[in-house]
Amino acid sequence: MATKVLMEALSPTMEEGRLVEWKKAEGAAVKVGEILAEVETDKAVMDLQARAEGVLLKQAITPGTTVPVGQLVGVIGSAGEDIAGLLGASAAGSAGVPAPPPASAQARTAAVATTPGATAAAAAATPAPGPAPTPTAGGRVKASPLARRMAADRGVDLAGVQGSGPEGRIVVRDLSTGARVTPGLRAEGEAFIEVPLSQIRKTIAKRLTQSIGPVPTFYLTTEIDMERVAEAREALNQSAQRGGAGEEAAKVSFNDIVLKATAMALRQHARCNAWWQDDRIRYWNEVHLSVAVAIEDGLITPVVRHADQKTLREIAVEVRSLATRARERRLTPDQYTGGTFSVSNLGMFEIDQFTAVINPPEAGILAVGSVQAKPVAVEGRVEVRRRMRVTMSCDHRVIDGATGAGFLRTLKGMLENPLAML
Amino acid sequence: MPTLTYRDALNQALREEMARDPDVFLMGEEVGVYQGAYKVSRGLLEEFGPTRVVDTPITELGFAGVGVGAAMVGLRPIIEFMTWNFALLAIDQIVNSAAKMRYMSNGQVGVPIVFRGPAGAALQLGAQHSQSFEAMYAHIPGLKVVMPATPADAKGLLKSAIRDDDPIVFMEGEMLYNTKGEVPDGEHLVPIGVADIKRAGNQVSLFCYSKTVSLALKAAEQLDAEGISAEVIDLRTIRPLDLETVFGSVSRTHRAVIVEEGWPFAGAGAQLVDEIQRGVFDELDAPILRVTGADVPMPYNKHLEKAAKVSPEKVVLAVKRVLYLE
Repeated sequence: MATKVLMEALSPTMEEGRLVEWKKAEGAAVKVGEILAEVETDKAVMDLQARAEGVLLKQAITPGTTVPVGQLVGVIGSAGEDIAGLLGASAAGSAGVPAPPPASAQARTAAVATTPGATAAAAAATPAPGPAPTPTAGGRVKASPLARRMAADRGVDLAGVQGSGPEGRIVVRDLSTGARVTPGLRAEGEAFIEVPLSQIRKTIAKRLTQSIGPVPTFYLTTEIDMERVAEAREALNQSAQRGGAGEEAAKVSFNDIVLKATAMALRQHARCNAWWQDDRIRYWNEVHLSVAVAIEDGLITPVVRHADQKTLREIAVEVRSLATRARERRLTPDQYTGGTFSVSNLGMFEIDQFTAVINPPEAGILAVGSVQAKPVAVEGRVEVRRRMRVTMSCDHRVIDGATGAGFLRTLKGMLENPLAML
Repeated sequence: MPTLTYRDALNQALREEMARDPDVFLMGEEVGVYQGAYKVSRGLLEEFGPTRVVDTPITELGFAGVGVGAAMVGLRPIIEFMTWNFALLAIDQIVNSAAKMRYMSNGQVGVPIVFRGPAGAALQLGAQHSQSFEAMYAHIPGLKVVMPATPADAKGLLKSAIRDDDPIVFMEGEMLYNTKGEVPDGEHLVPIGVADIKRAGNQVSLFCYSKTVSLALKAAEQLDAEGISAEVIDLRTIRPLDLETVFGSVSRTHRAVIVEEGWPFAGAGAQLVDEIQRGVFDELDAPILRVTGADVPMPYNKHLEKAAKVSPEKVVLAVKRVLYLE
């Protein structure tokens, strides 16, 4: 009787393997334990050994092909044996279709890319629907009975869940990580986390898109007291002048401070630092701010990478440099792609407030108005204070009203009390 | 509460039931003058006399048949086999007579009999004397199979078995006779068909019975030290199975491991696997695993025998596999 040769898990974490080279030709006699092929795992090149004795009747995949663990790669039997049944049965899931890398592997790859710019550019270059994350033989999703029931209860589509059990079986712990997408969740060392759309997010997306267009946007406005920011900014810029570094480049603008505060607030509100990816949402663990810059015949958004990790002065210098390059049309693609959230400031044009258009796949943009002195009630008395209005445009498929409002509250708190940014 | 050995707890059950009901009598090889090969019947001949404590020739089929006949005409015999390995000679009486009479007489003739004796492997007794036959008897409609793990259960279940109106296969753990535990005085009855939760836990259910209960408890302790919470359930009876308790536990833990001394093929645990997967399929997060004796005649060699038996280490490994940790 013929025996299937399957891709084996040759390392504890191996989910798929690339067949490097066949060591036995079709028709060759094999004994148990003999090396059939070399397989590249996630860690090294290993030997795939024969588990049965006979003749290698079929090499079901060609060298260079990557298949998930458990998939048929060959057949051992007796010479002349009819193996059409064996091959046919697994034809659907076999041969030549390289399994898409799981989302987590993608994230890991991105995370080890050499420069942040390349990271985001590479990620941006593969837009819209990501590959199905769970390798499935013949399209069937393997899941434990309990995982199936819980997924149905929660409206989670198992097709979008990465299974961690044997041969990619989805077990309950896989669901709980998928379902526990809290802003605080940060996978160590990964640039982002991708979360398949839950049923409720799918429904929200469908209904709202029907209502107002492909990016169903809503707007949240708040007014922020800028007195303390203004005082801090004046002090900073004076000390920079006294320190002899008082060049134009080192001056910090209100916008630089807004950028810094936005980046810090996004770290606390990962749900707003996200990309809409059609069948999933990518929640970024890194903050890359797109900054809208007006140029002669239009507008471009260079990106301040890792804005949350940069000092105010670093942001100030970088934004000026990017803006200059933008006006000179010398920005390279990696300098204007890969942002995770946008900020657009029309304060210098004395605009009180406005709404900005979202820059897909980002899910949010902050429109910043001018800082104006105006009378406001402070502890029951009218005082003249410097105030600024910001309006956040939110992609409702990703961000709900309360989610966006939570972010704005944090941002407001940071600007009204700059120490909160520390 | 007095502390007794498993052996003395059985002795107490026999004495109390013989004193309570004059129809109860004990019959078997060496049960009288020698007071039992394992001293379970110590003092009974003296107390109840030779008509109620009957020494037999070495004729398992014969005295098992005498017992079935006596039960059919209204007595309540207790038939002791020196070990269940020897009961193979009497299996025709157990299966073809005791288990069939109520059915074939259209309910007119019951067989209130207890077949009892030590079961399972002890130490280096060889392939023919180291066997676990509970699956064979549990296979037979008309028989109940009872396997106590503790002295208290030994007493309470034997008393219930003697009072039961149908044939009972009562298997004592040969390695358990010397184990001690608290045993309630007097009227202590443990109902047949009710499992006992020995240790509560929430990550995996360990189902066990007879000698494997202590193995499972040891495994649970090791697992606890590693932060894994195992529930240990003593089935107490293999047939009928207490499915309510089994299903309740699996519904809490979502994982099950069954620990049994017998062979894997068509073993008692296989039936439990079948019941669980049909009864609470949607609760399972992993395949149900069984830790069983090796699928070989028991080796005499000490090291091979050890390797063939179930152990806490094997249970721990199985638990880690159903938790996807191995």
